Amino acid sequence: MLPYVGRRLLATVPVMATVAVFVFLLLRFTAGDPAAIIAGDSATAKDVADIREKLGLDQPIARQFVIWIGRILRGDFGESFFFKRPVAELITARLEPTLALATCTLILAVLIAVPLGVTAAYRRGSWIDRFVMGLSVLGFSVPAFVIGYALMYTFAIHFAWLPVQGYQRLADGFGGFIQRLVLPSFTLAIIYVALIARITRASVLEVLGADHVRTARAKGLAELPVLLRHALRNASVPIVTVIGFGVAVLIGGVVVTESVFAIPGLGRLTVDAVLARDYPTVQAVVLLFSAVYVLINLLVDLTYTFLDPRIRY
Amino acid sequence: MSGARAEAVGVAVPAERPAARAWRLPRNRSVWIGAAGLALIVTIAVLAPYLDTTNPAAIDPVARNKRPGAERVITNDDGSKTVTTYWMGTDSLGRDVYSRVIYGSRVSLIIGITVALISVAIGLVIGLVSGYVRWLDGIVMRVMDGLMSIPAILLAIALVSLSRGAGLRTVILAIVIPEVPRVVRLVRSVVLSVREEPYVEAARALGAPTPTVLARHVLPNTVAPLVVQGTFVCASAILVEAILSFLGVGIPPETPTWGNIMAEGRALFRILPHNILFPSIFLAATVLAVNMLGDGLRDLLDPRVRKQI
Repeated sequence: MLPYVGRRLLATVPVMATVAVFVFLLLRFTAGDPAAIIAGDSATAKDVADIREKLGLDQPIARQFVIWIGRILRGDFGESFFFKRPVAELITARLEPTLALATCTLILAVLIAVPLGVTAAYRRGSWIDRFVMGLSVLGFSVPAFVIGYALMYTFAIHFAWLPVQGYQRLADGFGGFIQRLVLPSFTLAIIYVALIARITRASVLEVLGADHVRTARAKGLAELPVLLRHALRNASVPIVTVIGFGVAVLIGGVVVTESVFAIPGLGRLTVDAVLARDYPTVQAVVLLFSAVYVLINLLVDLTYTFLDPRIRY
Repeated sequence: MSGARAEAVGVAVPAERPAARAWRLPRNRSVWIGAAGLALIVTIAVLAPYLDTTNPAAIDPVARNKRPGAERVITNDDGSKTVTTYWMGTDSLGRDVYSRVIYGSRVSLIIGITVALISVAIGLVIGLVSGYVRWLDGIVMRVMDGLMSIPAILLAIALVSLSRGAGLRTVILAIVIPEVPRVVRLVRSVVLSVREEPYVEAARALGAPTPTVLARHVLPNTVAPLVVQGTFVCASAILVEAILSFLGVGIPPETPTWGNIMAEGRALFRILPHNILFPSIFLAATVLAVNMLGDGLRDLLDPRVRKQI
């Protein structure tokens, strides 16, 4: 097991290196001299030259990449053009809302989608099955911000049950924190639910036809243990896989949902940074999100051995 | 007698042939609903100027923030009255939301179709070469893995930030790049399985050069999965464009696109939700139609998937 973990970790290195090269080139492809962009409009030629020397921009491009990646690995993401603060500091300040939103969404989505998918497979062809299939097509067709505005209009404006927008830190009270997370999490969860429920249904459906399920039923086991212990457990590998892949959708959704609900998280930071052409911040956020995505999928790979003892490494 | 038997066998065998698939088409509801929905949107987009629309970019300070169905009566010089009805209301610059929504369908369709065609074309070429030329495969696939590990919307947003003024071309490029790796993977997987087929081996043994083998024997196998993938790319491109425009990093705001109309309506959403409501209905319906078409086509063209689900 341990050697496998090591090998898989090593395998993520080339992937992350490709991402790093790409993100590095992102700044180099921009029209103009990065040093001039960093220095700003009122800079003198000497300022620009100083910055160029300081950032190593007078070196060959391969050397520049090494310098840049060395800084990143030490946690130095440079200074934001727009906010005039170290990017690492900016990201830390914006981390909590995004983490809270993503965690809430993940829990909510799994709690809704897995039972829905299992029920749909168990009652194949029933109204709940058609509902799940309809939801999964709809979930992929309606963008998150439309769902967000619909929920906001209904529950926050029309019924006024929940706050309309904003975010409250966990440290300032749990009630307000969770109240402001309900709508964004539901918004973000819908597409995720569509994704997970669909795979759960297909996967459980396949297992339900297997011999061991028939045996379990034949020995007189009640339906619930059959579904949970024999069907769902054996169907779990594709479900966990899709949860991992879905993180990409989740990250994309975070960017949109944070804008709709005015949550000051990393997603909003990304959009603000792009609008302000704040390249160091854009680079850092893209790198960070990609690293998270790669790591989560690595974790997903590693859980396979626990979920299915037949898979050995 | 033997002729009849041959005929019976002949009926059973071509069940998966194109002619039989075409015959099966009318029974697939998803394809029909999707195609009909898409045809409707295409008609609306083409006929936009004739659908009782006004100039979608015309600003009218007098008619700002009107509710849907509001009427505006202008008394002409001769005493007669001209009545203008804003079916979907107006935005905060007094532009007619109905006209903007109708014209918005043009941008969405152009983006959806162009992105689908370009990503399928690029992905096809890279996938064919990568699947067939062994030494290139490793390098190409690592690059694709890297690109795929950047979440699509994030990558598109980052790419838009590269160009000074975002326009249609930038947005199309920004959506194409994240889609290409998915097409490459699909094409490559088809190539890898087809290249081991006896008929490919036979063609090679007969001395057919690699380009001929690719074009005559491998390429036809990629058509069906690519048609399906292309429709999904189209649906996702329409969504991503709306998201980019909504976030303010997409098409310039004066151009009527569904995302832009919604972005404009954000500020006054609490009082005038129609600016978000109407474009979102059109957007969701269009993407739904394309997705249904894709789902149906997949069921028709790819019997393997059908058995699984």
